[in-house]
Amino acid sequence: MLLEVKDLNTFYGISHVLQGLSLQIGEGELVALLGRNGMGKSTTLKSIMGLVSPQSGTVVFAGKDITGWAPYKAARAGIGYVPEERRIFPELSVMDNLFLGIKGGRISENNDPHVWNYERIFRHFPMLKERANQKGKFLSGGEQQMLSIGRSLMGNPKLLLVDEPTEGLAPLMVQEVRNVLADINKAGVSILLVEHNLKVALSLASRVYLMGKAHIGFAGTVEELKCNDEARQKYLEV
Amino acid sequence: MDVTASMYAAQAIHGIAFGMVLFLIAAGLNVIFGMMGILNLAHGAFFMLAAYFCYSVVAMTGSFWAALLIAPVLTALVGVFVERFFIRKVQIMGAMGELILTLGVAMLILGGVKFFWGTENLPISVPPVLEGMVHIGALDYPIYRIFMIVLALVVLAIMTLLLYKTRLGKIVRAAVSDREMVNALGINVPLVFMFVFGIGVWMAGIGGVVIAPILTVFPGLADQVGMYAFIVVVTGGLGSLKGAFIVSIIFGLLSSFGIQFFSQLAPVLIVGFMAFVLAIKPHGLFGVKE
Repeated sequence: MLLEVKDLNTFYGISHVLQGLSLQIGEGELVALLGRNGMGKSTTLKSIMGLVSPQSGTVVFAGKDITGWAPYKAARAGIGYVPEERRIFPELSVMDNLFLGIKGGRISENNDPHVWNYERIFRHFPMLKERANQKGKFLSGGEQQMLSIGRSLMGNPKLLLVDEPTEGLAPLMVQEVRNVLADINKAGVSILLVEHNLKVALSLASRVYLMGKAHIGFAGTVEELKCNDEARQKYLEV
Repeated sequence: MDVTASMYAAQAIHGIAFGMVLFLIAAGLNVIFGMMGILNLAHGAFFMLAAYFCYSVVAMTGSFWAALLIAPVLTALVGVFVERFFIRKVQIMGAMGELILTLGVAMLILGGVKFFWGTENLPISVPPVLEGMVHIGALDYPIYRIFMIVLALVVLAIMTLLLYKTRLGKIVRAAVSDREMVNALGINVPLVFMFVFGIGVWMAGIGGVVIAPILTVFPGLADQVGMYAFIVVVTGGLGSLKGAFIVSIIFGLLSSFGIQFFSQLAPVLIVGFMAFVLAIKPHGLFGVKE
């Protein structure tokens, strides 16, 4: 297992937002974490990343117990974070946004095709190349999403936590983002995807977790979910 | 050239030189506030501490130049220590904790300098190269004031390069808007902030060293000049380097010409200017509304 989350309990003040949550992601897998609003999907990603500290439970990544590590340490261990609000740096250019994603500021010199560099990012995101010198704040929503994904890829993560990447995007752009995620996964990066667009999520993922309030209600393959009307009704339909 | 013109020129140079030193201190304060959100009430005390370090280094080595190199760095190290072991601990308590803590640090430094150096005025002489006047055109200018102006511009240039051309600068500019995201990219933000705090204090330190030969070194230095730095920052707009620069120069000129024409009223001019600006623009000249 690349990531093993076990019995995680997270609180916001006195509200118990994750109650004994467990999930696993294997090497190279793309796993979707689905459910209605306010169930704790984003909090799950933040707890893994160290942006909120879980009260108990463990997060083991690539054999290391990273529970409660500062976000920068989790990032250095090999986890990339693409937040819901994209959170690109508005005053920095596209190039500089990507630059800050590089761990330690240096790209390794060898021409290993698995290493992410500007060239490879621009191959995946041609629209970023055209806007390389523009400030982040002048990008469209879709472009910001691409930049946010590209920025975390510059750190060569083994696992990418992606939160609602297609939210608020035009249908054409949704398709673009979907394809990019598929490509990245094919290139060997494992992905934990939180996504509202069921069609997108199920077309990408091999396995699915459905969240009820603060816990995992269903875990299984996409095929198993398709056969399970009860789980779909209980956790997905509004 | 008549006497009046040369007097005006001399006053202008004095004013700009004083303004430049104010700017160094205020810019340090602004860097710390703008990037970390900490209103460092100990800033004036750090400035004074640098002047005392300068005195001691000059006393030991006999070289003002050595003091100019060493004293601000020593002061910055004290600042880094304070940030790492004190300010960082109270940050979860928000602005109030930081205000009380930095005020306490200011008092500690004040008590410390009285304990180690005493309360009398300690003179530092201007290095011989910078003594006297230089004759430009028809007018004489004091060399040391020109040196102050040039030095401040050099520091300003270094800061601009650091902020816009280096990775550290980019990290800092990104962290101003979203420090959590910077952290999530694998950058040790607390370490960066410790460094930023050190740079801010270092700038105050440069100010302390260059002003030492003019004002002599005494425990009232923090209040006298440090308070001006705060007024500059508030009038120019918290976090705005451009505002700090403009207001510093205005203050410098107001104080030197004020002394010329109104004598005792000079400090009132500065505070009056602040009141006037804040009455029209409550967030300062270039301040951003919250």
